[in-house]
Amino acid sequence: MSNANAYITASCVIRDQQVFSNGSLLWQDAPGAELTDFLRKGYDRFSGQYPKFHKMDALSKLGWLAAEVLLRTAPVEDHLPEQVAIVLSNRSASLDTDLRYYNTVKDIPSPALFVYTLANIVIGEICIRHGFKGEHIFFTTGGFDARQIMAYAQILLDTGAATACLCGWVEVMEQQYEVVLYLVERQQREESKLLTVEEMKKIYDLKS
Amino acid sequence: MADLKAQIIEQLNLQEVKPEDIGNDQPLFKEGLGLDSIDALELIVLLQQHYGIRIANPEQGPEIFQSVRTMATYITAQQKQPG
Repeated sequence: MSNANAYITASCVIRDQQVFSNGSLLWQDAPGAELTDFLRKGYDRFSGQYPKFHKMDALSKLGWLAAEVLLRTAPVEDHLPEQVAIVLSNRSASLDTDLRYYNTVKDIPSPALFVYTLANIVIGEICIRHGFKGEHIFFTTGGFDARQIMAYAQILLDTGAATACLCGWVEVMEQQYEVVLYLVERQQREESKLLTVEEMKKIYDLKS
Repeated sequence: MADLKAQIIEQLNLQEVKPEDIGNDQPLFKEGLGLDSIDALELIVLLQQHYGIRIANPEQGPEIFQSVRTMATYITAQQKQPG
């Protein structure tokens, strides 16, 4: 299937009030911290100066924050904006926000919530932040499917549609959340791993 | 107008803005507070929720939402109108 090797050149995992970068624990909040508080602290720690963050829904905040952490260690300025693709997936699509929006409908529907009632908005938020203009797609699947994500990223690289691909899993439903974001490139960087299903699963299974 | 500023901050989730940061005559959109089209809709919701005011003519929007002062003037004028 593949024309040439591709590499996982960086990763970020966010779950259980913890943020991992390239396999190492970068920061953790108090166990049991509310998602909203955790995300705000994460924003203050890893970014700031981006007021639009506060308007995002939880799904977009999670994906956006993971991209901030990932691209801090692996900037992609060497890639053309049109050549940076994003391939994400999750189980609940935008249901967490859909339900919040639905709860406003009986009073006055919230325009600010309505604009986040699509799962792929998180991709748009990452693209706006970093100026990416490449291919993108959002899959909804029963669970993290490393084979599917790898295959899609590999096709994008093999066909020349992209030279870099941010890909992975961004899931949230109420207080349950999980983000695993990979940067896949043709060229190696320090600590790169060969792009394989096993390597993706190993990163996904990372625990502190 | 201080109350209105606090309501705008809460409605639009402007977590890094304090009421005193917003000038009475500062433009709310573009070069001013930097609000966007979704924020404009939220301001319409704010008028409805807090003051029971519905904007009948959407073309009035740019005039009403020019600044906090123009919003306050509009709210006051609407409240003075016989129900």
